[in-house]
Amino acid sequence: MIKEELKHYLEQTFPNSKVDETFDFPVLFITKEELIPVMKQLRDAPETKFNFLFCETAVDRNPELEMVYHLSSTYYHHDMMVKVVLEDRENPVIESVYSLWEAADLYEDEIYDMFGIRFTNHPNLRRIFLTEEWVGYPLRKDYQDDKIISL
Amino acid sequence: MENPIVTPSELKTEEFVVNIGPQHPATHGVLRVEATLDGEIIKDVLPHLGYIHRGIEKMTESLGYKQSIFLTSRMDYLSAHINNHLCALAIEKAAQIEVPARAKAIRIIMDELQRLTSHELWWGSCAMDIGAVTPFFLAFRDRERILELFEQNTGNRLTMSYIIPGGVMNDIRPDFVPKLKELIKSIKDYRKEYDQLITGNFIFQHRTQGIGILSKEQAISLGCTGPTARASGLSCDIRKLYPYDGYEKLDFKEVIDYGCDNWARYVVRMEEMNQSIHIIEQLLDNMPTGEYRTKLKGVLKLPAGEYYQRVESARGELGVYIVSDGGAKPYRMKFRTPCYSNLGAVKPISVGMKIADLMANMATIDLVIPDMDR
Repeated sequence: MIKEELKHYLEQTFPNSKVDETFDFPVLFITKEELIPVMKQLRDAPETKFNFLFCETAVDRNPELEMVYHLSSTYYHHDMMVKVVLEDRENPVIESVYSLWEAADLYEDEIYDMFGIRFTNHPNLRRIFLTEEWVGYPLRKDYQDDKIISL
Repeated sequence: MENPIVTPSELKTEEFVVNIGPQHPATHGVLRVEATLDGEIIKDVLPHLGYIHRGIEKMTESLGYKQSIFLTSRMDYLSAHINNHLCALAIEKAAQIEVPARAKAIRIIMDELQRLTSHELWWGSCAMDIGAVTPFFLAFRDRERILELFEQNTGNRLTMSYIIPGGVMNDIRPDFVPKLKELIKSIKDYRKEYDQLITGNFIFQHRTQGIGILSKEQAISLGCTGPTARASGLSCDIRKLYPYDGYEKLDFKEVIDYGCDNWARYVVRMEEMNQSIHIIEQLLDNMPTGEYRTKLKGVLKLPAGEYYQRVESARGELGVYIVSDGGAKPYRMKFRTPCYSNLGAVKPISVGMKIADLMANMATIDLVIPDMDR
């Protein structure tokens, strides 16, 4: 499906969710409670078959955090984005999508390390780049570090 | 006296942990792999990263769009041209900049030469990980000639930063095309040497065939791309699926193998080198003339919004996700690097194998550490 068709399809299938679009992909906004059922439906439905999670990241929209999932299909070669807004900045928690895609193992380790978002049902959540005792989450907009040298 | 013979069922072994790296030559950089072993059999593999984490994603947030090009050269130092190309394409798409035909042709030639150098280095180091030393010298000898060409035309050998938004940094030298033609002729001769030395080698074949099986379903689930996934029968060549800068006009094959093992990954990369040569040959005979760059404003601002661009790097799908708030600096720039996803495949293909096979598995997945660490 091309972008417009896919957007229309998403509006029909998820009437309670907001559907938007970026320059490249349609975007589906969902709540964190419906993450796993919606993702499972997107992955398994014969019309979409989004079976390839090629990028998973987060964006700090200050004050809320935003989870971004980029999905692709190896059958139809169409792509879309799923976004989940996390209001709680102090203790953001979301379900891991490891049960659907094994790739989430490493992606979510990185997000935990850089944004401090914790994932439930993740097999081995750890700070993959930084040390365990590192203070703060560097990719957050309010991260302060005296050692940063501005060029 | 009773004979203290112990039957095999009473013998006990215990699992122990071996740290491979961070300074082990077979990890191609500073990667630490924590391998849990039962005798010689691998039970678990846990990679530890961050030894050269430079925070490139954070640094881009305080630099302009044009400046971030120079950081991308440092991500995957074996395919710097392709990283620059990715960043330039994303910015051109967002700011709607037209690129001259000559610049597009130069970019593709440079990309394919870069893929050639990367695969040549991989061929040498892969053979060395498995135990052959000679290929490493041959690979470096041949790679050196391409790097010299890069140096003459772009000014740098590894971190070129030559492809910029709007085109390329400067025009190629007048003797570039004849020199490249000569080079391609000799590369073709060298390629025969490679096959004589390693491809037909009985020991090498036994070390790779049937080892490190990555099924297509696993490759999809793990987000693998590039030659690693194509050796498992997954069609994922970005140059074919989402063509950019005129790849759609060129004639080349997407190399797919269904072997799923180390040998299949080896065969795919060797054939990709042939395809790269084929692409360059098509462009060399009819290089477009004209401008090599569109003049841009000093400070580049992208319209507010989100953009995703991908290219086929030597190791797989390289993507950039840009969030712009309309300012001169990116709000967020996320690089989706192929090695980080492919690293996930090391564990499933190694568990149950011998420890010596771990080296072969890591070699054929072709891990580049700065690409993962960023």
